[in-house]
Amino acid sequence: MLGSLDISFFSWDLLAPFVIKGFYFSIWLTIVATIGGIVLGTVLALMRLSGKTFLEVPAAAYVNTMRSIPLVMVLLWFFLLIPFAIGRPIGAEMSAVITFIAFEAAYFSEIVRAGIQSIPRGQVNAGYALGMTYGQNMKLIILPQAFRNMLPVFLTQTIILFQDTSLVYAIGAYDMLKGFETAGKNLGRPIEAYLLAAVLYFLMCLALSKFVRLIQNKVQIIR
Amino acid sequence: MAWNWQVFCRETTTGETVVGCFGRGGDETYLNWIVTAWGWTLGVALCALVVALVTGLIVGTVRTLPNSPWLVRLGNAWVELFRNIPILVQIFLWYFVIPGIFPVMKQVPSVVLVVIALGLFTSARVAEQVRAGIQALPRGQRYAGMALGLNTWQTYRYVLLPMALRIVIPPLTSESMNIVKNSSVAFAVSIAELTFFARQSGEETSAPVEMYLAATVLYAISAFAINRVMGVIERRSRVPGFVAAGGMGGGH
Repeated sequence: MLGSLDISFFSWDLLAPFVIKGFYFSIWLTIVATIGGIVLGTVLALMRLSGKTFLEVPAAAYVNTMRSIPLVMVLLWFFLLIPFAIGRPIGAEMSAVITFIAFEAAYFSEIVRAGIQSIPRGQVNAGYALGMTYGQNMKLIILPQAFRNMLPVFLTQTIILFQDTSLVYAIGAYDMLKGFETAGKNLGRPIEAYLLAAVLYFLMCLALSKFVRLIQNKVQIIR
Repeated sequence: MAWNWQVFCRETTTGETVVGCFGRGGDETYLNWIVTAWGWTLGVALCALVVALVTGLIVGTVRTLPNSPWLVRLGNAWVELFRNIPILVQIFLWYFVIPGIFPVMKQVPSVVLVVIALGLFTSARVAEQVRAGIQALPRGQRYAGMALGLNTWQTYRYVLLPMALRIVIPPLTSESMNIVKNSSVAFAVSIAELTFFARQSGEETSAPVEMYLAATVLYAISAFAINRVMGVIERRSRVPGFVAAGGMGGGH
């Protein structure tokens, strides 16, 4: 039954040339999309909480649109439209990075919004009572506490993001999964290659989620 | 750029425009195709949702059982396993790896494998919500059940689950919407659903914007419809005076 499977066939030397490039791309995409997504997501969240209609409506529309479309479709859309917009072809990898930042910003903005709203109103009012401006209030009172509360959710979202990087398959970008797939095809062992990819993804995500649980207990604000 | 919606009236093999847009007698227009594709998306998503809800409910409940440490560990392992592998990789596991190891599975149609993959992937998330829902109940409820002389099964059936399941309706709503969106990865194993349609027809017709737009709108409509249905379920099942709390969440 298990006779056809031969994991030991893959040595590091055989795999490395195919996998390393994709592995780095997956990690890089995760990091860039997380940072870009949080920055853009914070802007979107502040727009939605600004109380000004001309900021609220476009931000809400953007977030709700992104959240109701599958990531694969968003990847395809950006891969189709970016060359139109800038007038020259763009690589699948670069297209994936832009898509992930734009897409994840919608999800991060919801987390930031919930985080800001979790800060008691009294804190906001106390800031204003001290004569702080909106900017000072956000920077000194609300965002530091909100980000501390949000840290575990951010990290959980980053794990999901890392898993989702495998979807760049749809536009043919060379990520970790593609690396394993190419190795499997070229070396004639596709089944073992997919299995190894699954094991690697599993171990990385498991380690990250254990780490998140550790952080969760550390950063909790005691009230 | 001018819109070209006429493209939906074209026949898929000959490229000729069909009068009335719906092909007859074996002819298939892109309009026919997208309707079928939408059917596949909904079919895969709803079947997977059933698998996810049933499995997730069982696994999530098992994880809260008192005095059964091994069942709890098994449940936890289940959740970690299916939550920590990307959905696309899980689909490849079911599509390539499992039939490779167990040749019997080669006879199973690929759409069934996708439903299993998507269902079990989501079951881990459902199980996590169900566990949280049961544990959110005051401990006194379980003790009240025991004090009434109910056994474990009866305590769950008549005391814990009826309340816990109401608490988890909002998170399950978003999981149900996610499953429609996640069904889009089925394109990778050539299930003729909306994403597969969009990619394929976009190339064939050279009108990808129209094709993508139609597919995207259908995804949005499907997710919205599920949201409404779950909203009705939530209202119908509400216990007066009992307010379910929503959480701060990410996810897809």
